[in-house]
Amino acid sequence: MVDFMAGKADRGYGGKVIALMDYGSGNLRSVHKALLKVGAEVRIARGGGDLAEAQGAVLPGVGAFDDCIQALDRQGLLSATRDFIASGRPFLGICVGYQALFERSEEFNSCAAGLGIFRGKVVRFSGANGLKVPQIGWNQLEEINPACPIYAGVPEGSYVYFVHSFYPQPADAGIVASRTRYGETFASSIWRDNVFATQFHPEKSQTVGLRLLGNFVKLCQGA
Amino acid sequence: MIAKRVIPCLDVHGGQVTRGVRFGRAEAGELRNVGDPVELALRYNEQGADEMVFFDITASAHGRATMVDVIERTADQCFMPLTVGGGLKSVEDMYTMLRAGADKISINSSALANPDLIRAGAEKFGSQCIVVSIDTKRVAPDRWEVFSHGGRKATGLETLEWAQRAVSLGAGEIVLNSIDADGTRAGFDVVITRRLSEALDVPVVASGGAGSLEHLAEVLLEGKADAVLAASIFHFGQYTVGQVKDYLASRGIPVRRI
Repeated sequence: MVDFMAGKADRGYGGKVIALMDYGSGNLRSVHKALLKVGAEVRIARGGGDLAEAQGAVLPGVGAFDDCIQALDRQGLLSATRDFIASGRPFLGICVGYQALFERSEEFNSCAAGLGIFRGKVVRFSGANGLKVPQIGWNQLEEINPACPIYAGVPEGSYVYFVHSFYPQPADAGIVASRTRYGETFASSIWRDNVFATQFHPEKSQTVGLRLLGNFVKLCQGA
Repeated sequence: MIAKRVIPCLDVHGGQVTRGVRFGRAEAGELRNVGDPVELALRYNEQGADEMVFFDITASAHGRATMVDVIERTADQCFMPLTVGGGLKSVEDMYTMLRAGADKISINSSALANPDLIRAGAEKFGSQCIVVSIDTKRVAPDRWEVFSHGGRKATGLETLEWAQRAVSLGAGEIVLNSIDADGTRAGFDVVITRRLSEALDVPVVASGGAGSLEHLAEVLLEGKADAVLAASIFHFGQYTVGQVKDYLASRGIPVRRI
């Protein structure tokens, strides 16, 4: 078996593995199962060192911005995330994992500094015109950037699942990968180079979400 | 535009989905078995349900262990939002269910007994995670009150006041169950649903009484609910989720179709 070691490496931690960051986020299991469903090999990353060998990384998130940042920091995942992104390997942030990429949040009593990968802050829905906050439910992806590889095969107008009161306002409109309307129009996802992030939950968005995750996994596997 | 949600509700007792009428009691044999929760969840997933709600109607330690298993198995196969309720009394209980694959936690009697649980849950997991479910009954021509323990115990609380308090403590969504209408298939209580929907700045899910497609449209249009929760019409095969959505769309209601 000449290829034994190579094959083993491909299936092992040193191979085409996606690191899924576990810092106590409630949706870890759902993201994990969805990644497995689309053919990923997943390693749960609990410390910065766990990202070193991964071909791709996913930062899930549910809950409060500060909790997320502080928990990541405690586990050494904050600086590891910065390094990972700088390395050029594919990265996907989900929900609070999307918000964490920005400089800061206006969430109640927030004082934590975000990763600052992108300029801009995280703001709350105004709740104008009687709109309920949080936005809970299925809303549409409008104006998808057709060049964004994770949207291959996802038509504009597709519904995805949102649960959030806050959303990032990128200073650079060029990174917006999709927009969604909920009272105001906001950046429901972004993309720049190797960094992808969604305010919605692909792991809860049935077929459309699995398509998106599958596209991301393919990118990682090709990396 | 955000879609109005159609949510099948699975009441789980002894590992089986059951269905009662007007909050019928399991111990009195007032429930009908309608099937395996994971099988039903898969069916509704394929039909395009927007979410699913699981209630542990035994609300016991054993029931909770069963529910963890049901949620895990469902979440492995259904990539959609799942809410769990029934007998969850602490932040640890909530965490167990979230880790099993639930997205939202629904609390009812435990929130009435300990309103601070709403705040504690919202602080830990975010408001979007904490659903307060309210069982309400019309006690006078223009007064609705809250009942606890599966509708058996009067609290004397006025329904809107309790809902407002729950939201101020951090509830991110309110499920309003009409005890009068539950399982009767005679229509939702549109009046109290609308009252809450207009007064609260979080989504309101209407529950209890869905019998016809017209009822569902009525509580979304007249009752201004953000979502409808229904059990009997789906469990007994009266309608599929897809048929419900086709009808709602024909009435001009925005729904997600697959």
